[in-house]
Amino acid sequence: MTIETLIWLIPLPPLLAFFLIVLFTNRNKALSHTIAVGAALLSWGGSMVVFWSALQEGAHHLGEHPFESAISWLPIAGSWFQIGVLIDPLGAAVLFFVAWTVLMIFLYSVGYHNFGQPKGDHDRAGLPPHGATVEDEHGHKHTVPSIEPMYSRFFAFIGLFAFGMYTLVLSDNLLTLFVGWEIMGLCSYLLIGFWYGKKSVRAAMIKAFITTRVGDVFMLLGIAYLYSAAGTLNFREIFFNEEFLHHLAETPSGFFSLSAAGLIGILLFIGTVGKSAQFPLHVWLPDAMEGPTPVSAMIHAATMVSAGVYMVIRMFPLLSAGAEHGELTSAMTAMAFIGSFTALFSATIAVAQNDIKRVLAYSTISQLGFMVAALGIGAYVAAAFHLVTHAFFKALLFLGSGSVIHGVEHGVLHTDDHVDPQDMFNMGGLRKKMPITFWTFLIGGFALSGFPLVTAGFWSKDEIFADAFAHGNTVVLITLAIAAFLTAFYTMRQITLSFFGEPRTKAAEHAHETPWTMTTPLVILAVFAVAFGWAGIPEDFLGLEIWPKNMFHGVVYTLTEHQQPAGIHFNWIPLLISLGVALGGLGLGWLVYRKVEAGQEDPLKKPLGPAYTLLQNKYYFDELYDLIFVKPAIWISETLSYKWMDRGLIDGILHTFSRATYALGGIFRNYIDVPVINGFGDLVGEGVKKLGKAFRVIQTGRVQQYMVIALVLAFGTLFFYLYNLMIP
Amino acid sequence: MEFISSNLLTLILFLPVFAAVVVALLPCEEKNLIRWVALIASLLPLALALFLWFQFDASQAGFQYEQQVTWYEAINSSYHLGVDGVSLTMVLLTTVLTPLCILASFSINDRVKGYMALFLMLETGMLGVFLSLDLLLFFVFWEIGLVPMYFLINQWGSEKGERELWGGMKVKARTYASFKFMIYTMAGSLGLLLAVQLIGVVAGTFNLTQLFEIWPTITALDNIGPLGLSVGTVKVIVFWAFVVAFALKVPVWPFHTWLPDAHTEAPTAGSMILAGVLLKLGAYGFLRLVLPLFPEEAKTYAGALAFLATMAIIFGALSSFGQTDFKRLVAYSSVNHMGFVVLGIAAAAYAAGTEHAVIAMNGAVLQMFNHGLSAAGMFFLVGVIYERTHTRNLDDFGGLFPLVPVYGGVLIFTSMASLGLPGLNGFVSEFLVVRGVWPVFTVYTALGMIGLFFTGAYILKGIKQVLHGPLNEKWTHGEHRLTEINARELLIMAPLMVMMLWLGVWPAWLLDVINRAVGMLF
Repeated sequence: MTIETLIWLIPLPPLLAFFLIVLFTNRNKALSHTIAVGAALLSWGGSMVVFWSALQEGAHHLGEHPFESAISWLPIAGSWFQIGVLIDPLGAAVLFFVAWTVLMIFLYSVGYHNFGQPKGDHDRAGLPPHGATVEDEHGHKHTVPSIEPMYSRFFAFIGLFAFGMYTLVLSDNLLTLFVGWEIMGLCSYLLIGFWYGKKSVRAAMIKAFITTRVGDVFMLLGIAYLYSAAGTLNFREIFFNEEFLHHLAETPSGFFSLSAAGLIGILLFIGTVGKSAQFPLHVWLPDAMEGPTPVSAMIHAATMVSAGVYMVIRMFPLLSAGAEHGELTSAMTAMAFIGSFTALFSATIAVAQNDIKRVLAYSTISQLGFMVAALGIGAYVAAAFHLVTHAFFKALLFLGSGSVIHGVEHGVLHTDDHVDPQDMFNMGGLRKKMPITFWTFLIGGFALSGFPLVTAGFWSKDEIFADAFAHGNTVVLITLAIAAFLTAFYTMRQITLSFFGEPRTKAAEHAHETPWTMTTPLVILAVFAVAFGWAGIPEDFLGLEIWPKNMFHGVVYTLTEHQQPAGIHFNWIPLLISLGVALGGLGLGWLVYRKVEAGQEDPLKKPLGPAYTLLQNKYYFDELYDLIFVKPAIWISETLSYKWMDRGLIDGILHTFSRATYALGGIFRNYIDVPVINGFGDLVGEGVKKLGKAFRVIQTGRVQQYMVIALVLAFGTLFFYLYNLMIP
Repeated sequence: MEFISSNLLTLILFLPVFAAVVVALLPCEEKNLIRWVALIASLLPLALALFLWFQFDASQAGFQYEQQVTWYEAINSSYHLGVDGVSLTMVLLTTVLTPLCILASFSINDRVKGYMALFLMLETGMLGVFLSLDLLLFFVFWEIGLVPMYFLINQWGSEKGERELWGGMKVKARTYASFKFMIYTMAGSLGLLLAVQLIGVVAGTFNLTQLFEIWPTITALDNIGPLGLSVGTVKVIVFWAFVVAFALKVPVWPFHTWLPDAHTEAPTAGSMILAGVLLKLGAYGFLRLVLPLFPEEAKTYAGALAFLATMAIIFGALSSFGQTDFKRLVAYSSVNHMGFVVLGIAAAAYAAGTEHAVIAMNGAVLQMFNHGLSAAGMFFLVGVIYERTHTRNLDDFGGLFPLVPVYGGVLIFTSMASLGLPGLNGFVSEFLVVRGVWPVFTVYTALGMIGLFFTGAYILKGIKQVLHGPLNEKWTHGEHRLTEINARELLIMAPLMVMMLWLGVWPAWLLDVINRAVGMLF
């Protein structure tokens, strides 16, 4: 089997698993998860073979001769639209983390949904399991976690999701990328709404789909525009055609002063703003945490939201077309602004959240902002590098938080102490109860904070700082530095509140390490959260020439034909900034939160005052959007469009017409038909009738009377005749 | 065999009406016999249409399987049939949907005989429009399709509901709806008849294959007629008469308000065929008659048509989102989806001869087919739940998913096809339309995205209000107990779903035929 055939086959096992589970095995939980995890394993195996072959080729060679293969798909006018697969250095890097995180999360889901536990006492489809009562050998009854009632369905959905993600990564063109993009959107919607019985879940699932759809429709326009302009959507055909890119950058689009390339770039970027939850379309991602935690880890941290950034990295040559003179293009300016603003903005919100998953959600938004900002200043290698490291450590953190919640939930069921198992203020001291979760979470958290030298997050974040510094984008650098400081701070807040100190509730006291299916993925992802950073150590780090070759720079060969690795010379200033914000934030977080007692409120609440309330309420964006978008949209639909326009105006006109016709008919009837036509007819008829009636008096039927009348008349006539005769 | 292939189109066209006569001769009490006869009879045209599909040579230009017999010699009208790639697609859609609709009508218990006979007659009417290559014949079939539909709505439509007219006057909703449908279509037909007559008088023939050649370039008239009209005047009259007739049928905004009423009040299968095929007659009229016969006029007014199409896309979606009646929500979605068809047609008219026109037209024709599948599916699914609960009010539902998981899965699948999810059929055609229209009417395409956005909103609203929510106790027990979708109903949905998926994954089998035909037309 050639490597290209293998690439074609990679997305198929999860899709097959989806159909098998939905159609046949949905009643058998063990079989369903075996199929799903087996499918993920197959795809993972295929991906690893492909990745390995790509490494053998070497980045430079692979950049020039990627693995690609295409078939004719759509007949369009005189030609066929081709779709195919492509693995170039960027694709290989993304495929690597996708395969690993997907497999880990599939495995983790088995434990997360309590496989092997008894069926719940009152569990129902559409609601999370409530626990089952079991009796131990001593006859004591207690409550233990129960298995998810829609266990099989979950695995079917994540199978479909994995298919979407693989499709997106392996696509050689924007259209099939969009197909994968939207399939993931559907799965995100279905999985956020997995427990659709809850009201908040129903709102969250719709919010997620609709908000990202705002981005999607713009992206669709961008695709249509690009396709009309280029006649193809194949990445390499577009990007390796410098003449065309140049032409596109020169052509005015007619929309403000944007060039065609600029407008296409911005339209596509709006797609990313939706999918990667950038400001102002960020509101859906925190609410998406209503979904099961593996979903948050896979879709809303590692893969789908990263796909947005992946797409703009892919499109970078187009976005930067026209930037030769060292100026940022309008699309890049937009990205730099939105990215760095989002990074800072959502980091501030994360500081004041108490829900362990929501902190991570805002952190994800913030980190995606880092990548977008990096792209905006032209640092696409750094962006790609951070994309991969972030996927590993953020998946790790989400899975870790899921493990924590699971552990605390166990305590909740055990002690019947009904506290919110996701609130970090109900935790504390978990490091002793859940050691594996603790150590792996610590690694993930440190990677997120950019803890120097050992963590992957340090290397990738450092590279973004170095690029911003080298390109002289001081504003971006400062904004991101503050965001990074806050990141370290809220991460340490999270770690300290959850794991250090003493348990603040009975539930936390009885928390309990999770099964191997959940801890194994944590350990493996922790390895990557550390080791993957080594792939991207700058070659002259600290000015020394002892480091291995920076493998990640190979990504540049993906983008355009003649691009040389953008070597940045080592500089101490960004490194010191990076060290300062990471260690400072971590230290401050530890100092502020290490002594939080049970029932105590957030130590930041007093010093920050109303600002804290503002942060806790996420700057009131939900309320604002509800007021300016949601409510007016409902009013426009129900009242303006339907009641007023269709029912009122259009049907009103119609009814006026018919009423007028009806009235006209009435006039014809009442003033012409009835009096004139009917009147004449009636006159004749009635006249004859009246006449007849008058004559009826003499028609009695008595022969004697007739005789008398006849005689009278006869004599009368006779007299008349004789009289006339006698008097001439 | 020889007989079949030389009279293929005639057989496809008249088998349904023959079956209608057979059904009419069966005894009224034998309801099951009538149902099965109707179903089997409707499968015959499908088999022949499939045969036609496989025999059809897509690479050949012009019409195939032509059949021409003199009909009215005095006015030079003939019985003339033929298919090209576009009409073949529509014939396939009609013959696929009719058996499914008849199967869906097995739950009808009232006057089964009349119902089935009318339904079969309706099929002949629709097929006739797609197959005719003679204007007069076209008009005849156009009218034939109208009558059965009127009775289906008027007699078998939903029993509940009233519509207030004016001054407190109320009529039964189905009476109102059927009357509105009839009046609207008749209003269009009058102009159509006039136009057909004018063309016949002026050109001396009703033969479309001849008209396609002579009519667009006709400059001098031998036969001016009694009024002494100029060529220009005649063309303008005929053009507008055509446009109005077809625009009412599609329907183009703002002539669309008959649609939600008719669709909502019609019996389930009636709504399926109404949305699935009848709406396509209007769009088919545009691309079969208006564009080839009036290329210049069409180009002049294409911008206005595109504007109305955009309004349909936007306000169709908005009104759909504003509904509390499940069936009306689906009905309005047709306004929204047909807007894309018209937008594609408008762009093709404007940019005729370019690649964009071909792509837009490909999208429009494919969208007609796709909407036929998804709209029929959606109406059927509304019908399934209505038959069990006797309500269509979205507020009465919610939390049905745990009760009817299979139905829920089917509903989500079909809704997603309707939403245009990539991987299912709707996306391919919408993408082609957007791609084709963008360079031609950029602003309208961009505005159309508002509609595309709200498509998502109304589809999700439907799913949420019906399926999601905590288990709905109201429908769990007693006489209201909601039962799962049954085998017959699944049998109706299965072919539709397979085709939706197939066309989404591999649209080339159908699109290739359309693309070739469109490429030769424009």
